[in-house]
Amino acid sequence: MKDMASQPVIEAKGLNLVFQTADGPVQALKDVNLTINQGDFVSFIGPSGCGKTTFLRAIAALETPTSGTLRVNGMTPDEARRKRAYGYVFQAAGLYPWRTIAGNIKLPLEIMGFSKAEQDERTERVLELVELKGFGKKFPWQLSGGMQQRASIARALAFDADILLMDEPFGALDEIVRDRLNEETLKLWARTGKTIGFVTHSIPEAVYLSTKIVVMSPRPGRITDVIDSPLPKERPLDIRDSREFIEIAHRVREGLRAGHHED
Amino acid sequence: MNRVLPVLTVLAGIVVIWYAASVWMNATWVFDQAERAGTTVTWAEVIPQTMNQDRPLLPPPHQVGAELWKGLAGQAVTSKRSLVYHGFVTFKGTMMGFGLGIVAGVLLAMAIVRFRVMDMSVMPWAIISQTVPIVALAPMIITLSSQLGLTDRDVPKAIIAAYLSFFPVLVSMVKGLRAPDQMQLDLLRTYGASEGETFLKLRLPASMPYFFASLKVAVAASLVGTIVGELPTGAIEGLGARMLIGSQFGEPLIMWASLFAAAILAGLLIVIVGFVERLARKRMGVPG
Repeated sequence: MKDMASQPVIEAKGLNLVFQTADGPVQALKDVNLTINQGDFVSFIGPSGCGKTTFLRAIAALETPTSGTLRVNGMTPDEARRKRAYGYVFQAAGLYPWRTIAGNIKLPLEIMGFSKAEQDERTERVLELVELKGFGKKFPWQLSGGMQQRASIARALAFDADILLMDEPFGALDEIVRDRLNEETLKLWARTGKTIGFVTHSIPEAVYLSTKIVVMSPRPGRITDVIDSPLPKERPLDIRDSREFIEIAHRVREGLRAGHHED
Repeated sequence: MNRVLPVLTVLAGIVVIWYAASVWMNATWVFDQAERAGTTVTWAEVIPQTMNQDRPLLPPPHQVGAELWKGLAGQAVTSKRSLVYHGFVTFKGTMMGFGLGIVAGVLLAMAIVRFRVMDMSVMPWAIISQTVPIVALAPMIITLSSQLGLTDRDVPKAIIAAYLSFFPVLVSMVKGLRAPDQMQLDLLRTYGASEGETFLKLRLPASMPYFFASLKVAVAASLVGTIVGELPTGAIEGLGARMLIGSQFGEPLIMWASLFAAAILAGLLIVIVGFVERLARKRMGVPG
Protein backbone atom coordinates (compact mmCIF):
# COMPACT_ATOMS: atom_id res chain seq x y z
CA MET A 1 0.00 0.00 0.00
CA LYS A 2 2.91 2.35 0.89
CA ASP A 3 4.56 2.40 -2.54
CA MET A 4 1.14 2.72 -4.17
CA ALA A 5 0.65 5.97 -2.30
CA SER A 6 2.53 8.03 -4.87
CA GLN A 7 0.79 6.57 -7.94
CA PRO A 8 -0.99 9.30 -9.90
CA VAL A 9 -4.64 8.39 -10.16
CA ILE A 10 -5.95 11.48 -11.90
CA GLU A 11 -3.79 13.60 -14.16
CA ALA A 12 -4.94 16.75 -15.94
CA LYS A 13 -2.59 18.55 -18.34
CA GLY A 14 -3.50 21.82 -20.04
CA LEU A 15 -7.17 21.04 -19.68
CA ASN A 16 -9.64 23.45 -21.29
CA LEU A 17 -13.40 23.16 -21.39
CA VAL A 18 -15.63 25.59 -23.21
CA PHE A 19 -19.44 25.51 -23.02
CA GLN A 20 -21.37 26.87 -25.99
CA THR A 21 -24.28 28.81 -24.54
CA ALA A 22 -26.90 31.10 -26.01
CA ASP A 23 -24.81 34.06 -24.81
CA GLY A 24 -21.73 32.76 -26.58
CA PRO A 25 -18.90 30.51 -25.43
CA VAL A 26 -18.13 30.27 -21.71
CA GLN A 27 -14.70 29.11 -20.61
CA ALA A 28 -15.54 26.80 -17.72
CA LEU A 29 -11.99 25.48 -17.32
CA LYS A 30 -8.79 27.16 -18.46
CA ASP A 31 -5.39 25.48 -18.56
CA VAL A 32 -6.00 23.18 -15.60
CA ASN A 33 -2.97 21.15 -14.53
CA LEU A 34 -3.37 18.84 -11.57
CA THR A 35 -2.13 15.50 -10.35
CA ILE A 36 -4.05 13.54 -7.75
CA ASN A 37 -2.26 10.59 -6.17
CA GLN A 38 -3.53 7.31 -4.86
CA GLY A 39 -5.15 7.79 -1.45
CA ASP A 40 -5.34 11.59 -1.66
CA PHE A 41 -8.31 13.45 -0.26
CA VAL A 42 -8.58 16.43 -2.59
CA SER A 43 -11.00 19.29 -2.06
CA PHE A 44 -11.96 21.72 -4.77
CA ILE A 45 -13.05 25.05 -3.38
CA GLY A 46 -14.09 28.30 -5.00
CA PRO A 47 -17.07 30.54 -5.72
CA SER A 48 -19.79 29.39 -8.08
CA GLY A 49 -18.72 29.42 -11.71
CA CYS A 50 -15.10 28.57 -10.91
CA GLY A 51 -15.39 25.21 -12.64
CA LYS A 52 -14.94 22.97 -9.59
CA THR A 53 -18.01 20.90 -10.38
CA THR A 54 -17.23 20.94 -14.09
CA PHE A 55 -13.78 19.51 -13.36
CA LEU A 56 -15.26 16.76 -11.22
CA ARG A 57 -17.81 15.99 -13.95
CA ALA A 58 -15.02 15.89 -16.54
CA ILE A 59 -13.20 13.28 -14.43
CA ALA A 60 -16.47 11.30 -14.37
CA ALA A 61 -16.85 11.63 -18.17
CA LEU A 62 -20.08 13.58 -17.67
CA GLU A 63 -18.46 16.52 -19.50
CA THR A 64 -16.00 16.34 -22.38
CA PRO A 65 -12.95 18.63 -22.27
CA THR A 66 -12.40 20.82 -25.32
CA SER A 67 -8.63 20.37 -25.26
CA GLY A 68 -5.81 19.06 -23.09
CA THR A 69 -5.44 15.60 -21.60
CA LEU A 70 -7.21 13.99 -18.69
CA ARG A 71 -6.25 10.52 -17.50
CA VAL A 72 -8.01 8.49 -14.84
CA ASN A 73 -6.05 5.44 -13.71
CA GLY A 74 -4.01 5.94 -16.88
CA MET A 75 -7.15 5.69 -19.07
CA THR A 76 -9.52 8.20 -20.63
CA PRO A 77 -12.40 9.11 -18.31
CA ASP A 78 -14.78 7.15 -20.55
CA GLU A 79 -12.69 3.99 -20.36
CA ALA A 80 -12.27 4.48 -16.62
CA ARG A 81 -16.04 4.64 -16.23
CA ARG A 82 -16.44 1.35 -18.02
CA LYS A 83 -13.85 -0.13 -15.65
CA ARG A 84 -15.97 1.16 -12.72
CA ALA A 85 -13.12 3.38 -11.57
CA TYR A 86 -15.26 5.78 -9.57
CA GLY A 87 -18.41 6.26 -7.57
CA TYR A 88 -20.14 9.62 -7.80
CA VAL A 89 -22.07 11.34 -5.00
CA PHE A 90 -24.27 14.27 -5.99
CA GLN A 91 -25.40 17.24 -3.92
CA ALA A 92 -28.85 15.70 -3.49
CA ALA A 93 -29.02 12.11 -2.33
CA GLY A 94 -31.19 11.31 -5.36
CA LEU A 95 -32.45 8.05 -3.93
CA TYR A 96 -35.29 6.44 -5.86
CA PRO A 97 -38.39 6.91 -3.69
CA TRP A 98 -39.88 3.66 -5.00
CA ARG A 99 -36.92 1.58 -3.84
CA THR A 100 -35.92 0.73 -0.29
CA ILE A 101 -32.51 1.88 0.95
CA ALA A 102 -31.12 -1.58 0.16
CA GLY A 103 -32.85 -1.47 -3.23
CA ASN A 104 -31.20 1.87 -3.98
CA ILE A 105 -27.78 0.53 -3.08
CA LYS A 106 -28.39 -2.46 -5.34
CA LEU A 107 -29.18 -0.21 -8.32
CA PRO A 108 -25.59 0.08 -9.58
CA LEU A 109 -24.96 -3.55 -8.68
CA GLU A 110 -27.92 -4.69 -10.80
CA ILE A 111 -26.72 -2.65 -13.75
CA MET A 112 -23.18 -3.94 -13.38
CA GLY A 113 -24.45 -7.51 -13.27
CA PHE A 114 -23.49 -8.69 -9.79
CA SER A 115 -25.12 -11.92 -8.64
CA LYS A 116 -28.08 -11.76 -6.28
CA ALA A 117 -26.05 -13.16 -3.39
CA GLU A 118 -23.22 -10.73 -3.96
CA GLN A 119 -25.65 -7.82 -4.16
CA ASP A 120 -27.02 -8.72 -0.73
CA GLU A 121 -23.60 -9.19 0.77
CA ARG A 122 -22.23 -5.92 -0.61
CA THR A 123 -25.33 -4.01 0.47
CA GLU A 124 -24.92 -5.26 4.03
CA ARG A 125 -21.25 -4.33 4.02
CA VAL A 126 -21.63 -0.75 2.77
CA LEU A 127 -24.64 -0.10 5.01
CA GLU A 128 -22.40 -0.98 7.91
CA LEU A 129 -19.65 1.23 6.51
CA VAL A 130 -21.90 4.31 6.53
CA GLU A 131 -23.48 3.31 9.85
CA LEU A 132 -26.90 2.56 8.46
CA LYS A 133 -27.01 -1.09 9.49
CA GLY A 134 -30.61 -2.21 9.89
CA PHE A 135 -32.06 0.53 7.69
CA GLY A 136 -31.98 -1.50 4.46
CA LYS A 137 -35.71 -2.19 4.44
CA LYS A 138 -36.74 1.43 5.05
CA PHE A 139 -37.87 3.72 2.28
CA PRO A 140 -35.97 6.98 1.69
CA TRP A 141 -38.77 9.17 3.08
CA GLN A 142 -38.45 7.39 6.41
CA LEU A 143 -34.86 8.67 6.79
CA SER A 144 -33.51 12.12 7.67
CA GLY A 145 -31.62 14.19 5.08
CA GLY A 146 -28.26 13.26 6.57
CA MET A 147 -29.11 9.56 6.58
CA GLN A 148 -30.28 9.77 2.99
CA GLN A 149 -26.97 11.29 1.97
CA ARG A 150 -25.13 8.53 3.84
CA ALA A 151 -27.19 6.01 1.90
CA SER A 152 -26.19 7.68 -1.35
CA ILE A 153 -22.54 7.41 -0.30
CA ALA A 154 -23.12 3.73 0.42
CA ARG A 155 -24.56 3.39 -3.08
CA ALA A 156 -21.39 4.93 -4.54
CA LEU A 157 -19.21 2.60 -2.46
CA ALA A 158 -21.09 -0.58 -3.27
CA PHE A 159 -19.20 -1.55 -6.41
CA ASP A 160 -15.72 -1.01 -4.94
CA ALA A 161 -14.52 1.85 -7.10
CA ASP A 162 -11.09 3.14 -6.08
CA ILE A 163 -12.11 6.75 -6.59
CA LEU A 164 -14.97 8.51 -4.87
CA LEU A 165 -16.12 11.78 -6.45
CA MET A 166 -18.33 13.92 -4.21
CA ASP A 167 -20.01 17.06 -5.50
CA GLU A 168 -20.97 19.21 -2.51
CA PRO A 169 -22.48 16.15 -0.85
CA PHE A 170 -23.27 17.91 2.43
CA GLY A 171 -24.12 21.33 1.00
CA ALA A 172 -27.82 20.99 1.69
CA LEU A 173 -27.46 19.78 5.27
CA ASP A 174 -27.35 21.75 8.49
CA GLU A 175 -24.11 22.51 10.28
CA ILE A 176 -24.40 19.88 13.03
CA VAL A 177 -25.24 17.03 10.67
CA ARG A 178 -22.51 18.26 8.38
CA ASP A 179 -19.88 18.11 11.13
CA ARG A 180 -20.81 14.54 11.94
CA LEU A 181 -20.78 13.48 8.31
CA ASN A 182 -17.39 15.15 7.82
CA GLU A 183 -16.01 13.12 10.69
CA GLU A 184 -17.54 9.96 9.28
CA THR A 185 -16.22 10.71 5.82
CA LEU A 186 -12.70 10.90 7.21
CA LYS A 187 -13.16 7.61 9.02
CA LEU A 188 -14.50 6.05 5.86
CA TRP A 189 -11.53 7.35 3.90
CA ALA A 190 -9.07 5.98 6.49
CA ARG A 191 -10.78 2.60 6.49
CA THR A 192 -11.10 2.18 2.72
CA GLY A 193 -8.00 3.99 1.47
CA LYS A 194 -9.93 5.42 -1.44
CA THR A 195 -8.92 8.46 -3.44
CA ILE A 196 -11.53 11.15 -2.87
CA GLY A 197 -12.33 14.23 -4.95
CA PHE A 198 -14.57 16.54 -2.96
CA VAL A 199 -16.23 19.73 -4.18
CA THR A 200 -17.24 22.24 -1.50
CA HIS A 201 -17.67 25.92 -0.92
CA SER A 202 -16.97 25.70 2.81
CA ILE A 203 -13.42 26.61 3.86
CA PRO A 204 -13.51 24.72 7.21
CA GLU A 205 -14.89 21.64 5.47
CA ALA A 206 -12.13 21.72 2.84
CA VAL A 207 -9.35 22.23 5.37
CA TYR A 208 -10.69 19.66 7.83
CA LEU A 209 -11.07 16.90 5.25
CA SER A 210 -8.30 17.31 2.74
CA THR A 211 -4.73 16.27 2.21
CA LYS A 212 -4.72 18.59 -0.80
CA ILE A 213 -6.83 21.73 -1.27
CA VAL A 214 -7.34 23.06 -4.78
CA VAL A 215 -8.42 26.72 -4.75
CA MET A 216 -10.21 27.80 -7.91
CA SER A 217 -11.59 31.07 -9.24
CA PRO A 218 -14.12 31.99 -11.90
CA ARG A 219 -14.23 33.67 -15.34
CA PRO A 220 -12.44 31.76 -16.67
CA GLY A 221 -12.54 28.79 -14.28
CA ARG A 222 -8.95 28.05 -13.24
CA ILE A 223 -6.75 26.81 -10.39
CA THR A 224 -5.16 29.64 -8.39
CA ASP A 225 -3.55 27.67 -5.57
CA VAL A 226 -2.86 24.07 -4.57
CA ILE A 227 -2.21 23.56 -0.87
CA ASP A 228 -0.76 20.34 0.53
CA SER A 229 -2.12 20.08 4.03
CA PRO A 230 0.42 19.48 6.81
CA LEU A 231 -2.35 18.23 9.13
CA PRO A 232 -1.98 14.63 10.36
CA LYS A 233 -4.22 11.90 8.94
CA GLU A 234 -5.86 11.45 12.33
CA ARG A 235 -8.11 14.49 12.78
CA PRO A 236 -10.44 14.98 15.73
CA LEU A 237 -13.07 17.70 15.23
CA ASP A 238 -11.24 20.08 17.61
CA ILE A 239 -8.24 20.15 15.28
CA ARG A 240 -10.16 23.02 13.75
CA ASP A 241 -9.06 25.20 16.65
CA SER A 242 -5.36 24.44 16.14
CA ARG A 243 -2.89 26.98 14.79
CA GLU A 244 -2.02 24.95 11.66
CA PHE A 245 -5.67 24.61 10.78
CA ILE A 246 -6.28 28.35 11.09
CA GLU A 247 -3.16 29.05 9.02
CA ILE A 248 -4.30 26.81 6.17
CA ALA A 249 -7.81 28.26 6.30
CA HIS A 250 -6.25 31.70 6.08
CA ARG A 251 -4.23 30.73 3.00
CA VAL A 252 -7.33 29.32 1.34
CA ARG A 253 -9.23 32.52 2.07
CA GLU A 254 -6.39 34.60 0.66
CA GLY A 255 -6.37 32.43 -2.47
CA LEU A 256 -10.09 32.90 -2.93
CA ARG A 257 -9.78 36.65 -2.43
CA ALA A 258 -6.86 36.92 -4.88
CA GLY A 259 -8.97 35.12 -7.50
CA HIS A 260 -11.71 37.66 -7.04
CA HIS A 261 -9.36 40.66 -7.33
CA GLU A 262 -8.50 39.65 -10.87
CA ASP A 263 -12.07 40.27 -12.01
CA MET B 1 -69.04 11.12 9.35
CA ASN B 2 -67.34 14.41 8.56
CA ARG B 3 -66.92 13.31 4.99
CA VAL B 4 -70.35 11.77 4.56
CA LEU B 5 -72.36 14.75 5.76
CA PRO B 6 -71.44 17.23 2.99
CA VAL B 7 -72.06 14.56 0.35
CA LEU B 8 -75.48 13.75 1.80
CA THR B 9 -76.35 17.45 1.99
CA VAL B 10 -75.59 17.96 -1.69
CA LEU B 11 -77.48 14.77 -2.55
CA ALA B 12 -80.53 15.93 -0.59
CA GLY B 13 -80.37 19.27 -2.41
CA ILE B 14 -80.27 17.56 -5.79
CA VAL B 15 -83.25 15.36 -4.91
CA VAL B 16 -85.30 18.37 -3.79
CA ILE B 17 -84.51 20.33 -6.97
CA TRP B 18 -85.23 17.22 -9.04
CA TYR B 19 -88.67 16.72 -7.47
CA ALA B 20 -89.50 20.39 -7.98
CA ALA B 21 -88.41 20.19 -11.63
CA SER B 22 -90.46 17.00 -12.13
CA VAL B 23 -93.58 18.67 -10.80
CA TRP B 24 -93.02 21.73 -12.95
CA MET B 25 -92.25 19.82 -16.18
CA ASN B 26 -94.83 17.05 -15.82
CA ALA B 27 -97.61 19.45 -14.78
CA THR B 28 -98.03 20.58 -18.39
CA TRP B 29 -99.39 17.17 -19.31
CA VAL B 30 -101.84 17.17 -16.37
CA PHE B 31 -103.15 20.63 -17.32
CA ASP B 32 -103.52 19.53 -20.98
CA GLN B 33 -105.51 16.47 -19.90
CA ALA B 34 -107.77 18.59 -17.71
CA GLU B 35 -108.34 21.11 -20.48
CA ARG B 36 -109.26 18.37 -22.95
CA ALA B 37 -111.74 16.96 -20.41
CA GLY B 38 -113.13 20.45 -19.80
CA THR B 39 -112.30 20.43 -16.09
CA THR B 40 -110.01 22.52 -13.98
CA VAL B 41 -107.46 21.21 -11.55
CA THR B 42 -105.89 22.78 -8.51
CA TRP B 43 -102.14 22.49 -7.71
CA ALA B 44 -103.02 20.18 -4.84
CA GLU B 45 -104.51 17.78 -7.39
CA VAL B 46 -101.74 18.30 -9.97
CA ILE B 47 -98.78 17.42 -7.79
CA PRO B 48 -99.74 13.77 -7.08
CA GLN B 49 -100.48 13.30 -10.77
CA THR B 50 -96.95 14.39 -11.76
CA MET B 51 -95.40 11.68 -9.66
CA ASN B 52 -96.45 8.51 -11.44
CA GLN B 53 -96.96 9.22 -15.13
CA ASP B 54 -96.15 6.49 -17.66
CA ARG B 55 -94.25 8.81 -19.94
CA PRO B 56 -93.16 11.77 -17.86
CA LEU B 57 -91.04 14.52 -19.36
CA LEU B 58 -88.85 14.30 -16.31
CA PRO B 59 -89.42 11.22 -14.18
CA PRO B 60 -89.06 11.95 -10.45
CA PRO B 61 -86.31 10.15 -8.50
CA HIS B 62 -88.51 7.40 -7.05
CA GLN B 63 -89.73 6.37 -10.52
CA VAL B 64 -86.18 6.25 -11.87
CA GLY B 65 -85.12 4.37 -8.76
CA ALA B 66 -87.87 1.80 -9.19
CA GLU B 67 -87.11 1.33 -12.88
CA LEU B 68 -83.40 1.02 -12.09
CA TRP B 69 -84.12 -1.58 -9.41
CA LYS B 70 -86.38 -3.47 -11.82
CA GLY B 71 -83.63 -3.40 -14.44
CA LEU B 72 -80.89 -4.47 -12.07
CA ALA B 73 -82.59 -6.97 -9.83
CA GLY B 74 -86.07 -7.54 -11.26
CA GLN B 75 -85.10 -10.10 -13.87
CA ALA B 76 -82.61 -12.75 -14.83
CA VAL B 77 -79.30 -11.17 -15.68
CA THR B 78 -79.43 -12.87 -19.08
CA SER B 79 -82.68 -11.14 -20.02
CA LYS B 80 -82.61 -8.51 -22.74
CA ARG B 81 -84.42 -6.23 -20.29
CA SER B 82 -81.80 -6.59 -17.61
CA LEU B 83 -79.57 -3.60 -17.03
CA VAL B 84 -76.98 -5.98 -15.62
CA TYR B 85 -76.88 -7.70 -19.01
CA HIS B 86 -76.57 -4.44 -20.94
CA GLY B 87 -74.19 -3.04 -18.33
CA PHE B 88 -71.93 -6.04 -18.78
CA VAL B 89 -71.90 -5.54 -22.55
CA THR B 90 -70.86 -1.92 -22.01
CA PHE B 91 -68.34 -2.94 -19.36
CA LYS B 92 -66.76 -5.43 -21.76
CA GLY B 93 -66.50 -2.77 -24.47
CA THR B 94 -65.08 -0.26 -21.99
CA MET B 95 -62.41 -2.66 -20.81
CA MET B 96 -61.37 -3.57 -24.35
CA GLY B 97 -61.14 0.09 -25.31
CA PHE B 98 -59.37 0.92 -22.06
CA GLY B 99 -56.76 -1.77 -22.62
CA LEU B 100 -56.26 -0.75 -26.23
CA GLY B 101 -56.05 2.92 -25.20
CA ILE B 102 -53.44 2.19 -22.52
CA VAL B 103 -51.30 0.17 -24.92
CA ALA B 104 -51.54 2.83 -27.63
CA GLY B 105 -50.95 5.70 -25.20
CA VAL B 106 -47.94 4.11 -23.52
CA LEU B 107 -46.31 2.99 -26.78
CA LEU B 108 -46.78 6.39 -28.38
CA ALA B 109 -45.44 8.14 -25.27
CA MET B 110 -42.36 5.89 -25.29
CA ALA B 111 -41.73 6.71 -28.95
CA ILE B 112 -42.30 10.42 -28.41
CA VAL B 113 -39.91 10.59 -25.44
CA ARG B 114 -37.29 8.55 -27.26
CA PHE B 115 -37.42 10.12 -30.72
CA ARG B 116 -37.48 13.86 -31.22
CA VAL B 117 -38.95 13.40 -34.68
CA MET B 118 -41.91 11.55 -33.14
CA ASP B 119 -42.36 14.35 -30.65
CA MET B 120 -42.58 16.86 -33.46
CA SER B 121 -44.69 14.79 -35.86
CA VAL B 122 -47.07 12.71 -33.73
CA MET B 123 -47.82 14.94 -30.76
CA PRO B 124 -49.68 17.65 -32.73
CA TRP B 125 -51.82 14.99 -34.42
CA ALA B 126 -52.63 13.39 -31.10
CA ILE B 127 -53.92 16.74 -29.90
CA ILE B 128 -55.86 17.39 -33.10
CA SER B 129 -57.43 13.92 -32.85
CA GLN B 130 -59.18 15.00 -29.67
CA THR B 131 -60.77 18.03 -31.28
CA VAL B 132 -62.80 15.86 -33.67
CA PRO B 133 -66.23 15.27 -32.12
CA ILE B 134 -66.50 11.58 -31.32
CA VAL B 135 -70.20 11.46 -32.21
CA ALA B 136 -69.26 12.41 -35.77
CA LEU B 137 -66.44 9.92 -35.92
CA ALA B 138 -68.19 6.93 -34.32
CA PRO B 139 -70.56 6.08 -37.20
CA MET B 140 -67.64 6.32 -39.62
CA ILE B 141 -65.56 3.89 -37.61
CA ILE B 142 -68.50 1.48 -37.39
CA THR B 143 -69.22 1.67 -41.12
CA LEU B 144 -65.56 1.30 -41.96
CA SER B 145 -65.10 -1.76 -39.79
CA SER B 146 -68.17 -3.46 -41.25
CA GLN B 147 -66.75 -2.67 -44.72
CA LEU B 148 -63.63 -4.50 -43.60
CA GLY B 149 -65.81 -7.50 -42.75
CA LEU B 150 -65.87 -7.05 -38.99
CA THR B 151 -69.50 -7.86 -38.28
CA ASP B 152 -68.79 -8.08 -34.57
CA ARG B 153 -69.58 -4.73 -32.96
CA ASP B 154 -67.01 -5.21 -30.20
CA VAL B 155 -64.10 -4.13 -32.37
CA PRO B 156 -65.39 -0.75 -33.57
CA LYS B 157 -66.68 -0.04 -30.05
CA ALA B 158 -63.25 -0.76 -28.59
CA ILE B 159 -61.62 1.45 -31.21
CA ILE B 160 -63.93 4.35 -30.41
CA ALA B 161 -63.34 3.90 -26.68
CA ALA B 162 -59.59 3.67 -27.22
CA TYR B 163 -59.69 6.79 -29.39
CA LEU B 164 -60.88 8.74 -26.36
CA SER B 165 -58.87 6.95 -23.67
CA PHE B 166 -55.40 6.83 -25.23
CA PHE B 167 -55.00 10.59 -25.03
CA PRO B 168 -54.88 11.17 -21.25
CA VAL B 169 -52.53 8.18 -20.94
CA LEU B 170 -50.30 9.57 -23.69
CA VAL B 171 -50.05 13.07 -22.23
CA SER B 172 -49.39 11.82 -18.69
CA MET B 173 -46.86 9.22 -19.77
CA VAL B 174 -44.91 11.74 -21.84
CA LYS B 175 -44.71 13.94 -18.76
CA GLY B 176 -43.95 10.98 -16.49
CA LEU B 177 -41.22 9.46 -18.65
CA ARG B 178 -39.57 12.88 -18.76
CA ALA B 179 -39.92 13.39 -14.99
CA PRO B 180 -36.40 12.19 -13.98
CA ASP B 181 -34.05 15.16 -13.63
CA GLN B 182 -30.57 15.55 -15.09
CA MET B 183 -28.93 14.44 -11.86
CA GLN B 184 -30.75 11.13 -11.85
CA LEU B 185 -29.85 10.56 -15.50
CA ASP B 186 -26.21 11.48 -14.78
CA LEU B 187 -26.13 9.01 -11.92
CA LEU B 188 -27.11 6.17 -14.25
CA ARG B 189 -24.53 7.37 -16.76
CA THR B 190 -21.79 7.01 -14.16
CA TYR B 191 -22.87 3.36 -13.84
CA GLY B 192 -22.59 2.96 -17.59
CA ALA B 193 -26.29 2.06 -17.79
CA SER B 194 -27.71 1.35 -21.25
CA GLU B 195 -30.70 3.17 -22.62
CA GLY B 196 -32.90 0.16 -21.93
CA GLU B 197 -31.76 0.02 -18.31
CA THR B 198 -32.34 3.75 -17.91
CA PHE B 199 -35.87 3.22 -19.17
CA LEU B 200 -36.67 0.20 -17.03
CA LYS B 201 -35.00 1.28 -13.81
CA LEU B 202 -35.62 5.03 -13.87
CA ARG B 203 -38.03 6.41 -16.45
CA LEU B 204 -40.71 3.74 -16.17
CA PRO B 205 -41.00 3.63 -12.36
CA ALA B 206 -40.78 7.44 -12.20
CA SER B 207 -43.75 7.69 -14.58
CA MET B 208 -46.04 5.44 -12.53
CA PRO B 209 -47.75 8.18 -10.45
CA TYR B 210 -48.53 10.03 -13.69
CA PHE B 211 -49.78 6.81 -15.26
CA PHE B 212 -52.23 6.03 -12.48
CA ALA B 213 -53.49 9.60 -12.36
CA SER B 214 -54.30 9.32 -16.07
CA LEU B 215 -56.05 5.96 -15.69
CA LYS B 216 -59.01 7.45 -13.83
CA VAL B 217 -59.58 9.94 -16.63
CA ALA B 218 -58.96 7.29 -19.27
CA VAL B 219 -61.41 4.76 -17.86
CA ALA B 220 -64.17 7.37 -17.73
CA ALA B 221 -63.37 8.48 -21.28
CA SER B 222 -63.40 4.87 -22.39
CA LEU B 223 -66.89 4.37 -20.93
CA VAL B 224 -68.16 7.46 -22.72
CA GLY B 225 -66.59 6.21 -25.95
CA THR B 226 -68.21 2.81 -25.58
CA ILE B 227 -71.65 4.31 -24.98
CA VAL B 228 -71.24 6.59 -27.99
CA GLY B 229 -70.18 3.52 -29.97
CA GLU B 230 -73.42 1.80 -28.96
CA LEU B 231 -75.63 4.69 -30.02
CA PRO B 232 -75.48 4.56 -33.86
CA THR B 233 -78.07 2.53 -35.69
CA GLY B 234 -78.01 -1.18 -35.39
CA ALA B 235 -76.83 -1.57 -31.84
CA ILE B 236 -79.22 -3.52 -29.68
CA GLU B 237 -76.99 -4.33 -26.76
CA GLY B 238 -75.31 -2.13 -24.20
CA LEU B 239 -76.35 0.81 -22.07
CA GLY B 240 -75.92 3.20 -25.00
CA ALA B 241 -78.33 1.20 -27.13
CA ARG B 242 -80.72 1.05 -24.20
CA MET B 243 -80.66 4.84 -23.86
CA LEU B 244 -81.30 5.27 -27.58
CA ILE B 245 -84.22 2.83 -27.46
CA GLY B 246 -85.67 4.67 -24.47
CA SER B 247 -85.43 7.98 -26.25
CA GLN B 248 -86.65 6.78 -29.65
CA PHE B 249 -89.66 4.84 -28.34
CA GLY B 250 -90.69 7.53 -25.89
CA GLU B 251 -89.80 5.52 -22.81
CA PRO B 252 -88.08 8.10 -20.63
CA LEU B 253 -87.95 5.69 -17.70
CA ILE B 254 -85.79 3.24 -19.66
CA MET B 255 -83.54 6.08 -20.76
CA TRP B 256 -83.11 7.46 -17.27
CA ALA B 257 -82.56 4.05 -15.71
CA SER B 258 -79.87 3.28 -18.31
CA LEU B 259 -78.27 6.64 -17.65
CA PHE B 260 -78.05 5.89 -13.95
CA ALA B 261 -76.81 2.39 -14.62
CA ALA B 262 -74.01 3.97 -16.70
CA ALA B 263 -73.23 6.35 -13.84
CA ILE B 264 -73.04 3.44 -11.39
CA LEU B 265 -70.76 1.58 -13.80
CA ALA B 266 -68.51 4.65 -14.09
CA GLY B 267 -68.35 4.91 -10.30
CA LEU B 268 -67.44 1.22 -9.98
CA LEU B 269 -64.73 1.52 -12.62
CA ILE B 270 -63.16 4.49 -10.87
CA VAL B 271 -63.25 2.70 -7.53
CA ILE B 272 -61.53 -0.32 -9.10
CA VAL B 273 -58.84 1.84 -10.73
CA GLY B 274 -58.36 3.66 -7.42
CA PHE B 275 -57.93 0.33 -5.66
CA VAL B 276 -55.32 -0.85 -8.16
CA GLU B 277 -53.55 2.47 -7.79
CA ARG B 278 -53.44 2.10 -4.01
CA LEU B 279 -51.96 -1.38 -4.34
CA ALA B 280 -49.30 -0.06 -6.71
CA ARG B 281 -48.51 2.90 -4.47
CA LYS B 282 -48.09 0.61 -1.50
CA ARG B 283 -45.71 -1.57 -3.46
CA MET B 284 -43.71 1.49 -4.48
CA GLY B 285 -43.34 2.63 -0.89
CA VAL B 286 -45.47 5.76 -1.06
CA PRO B 287 -46.43 6.80 2.47
CA GLY B 288 -50.09 6.72 3.47
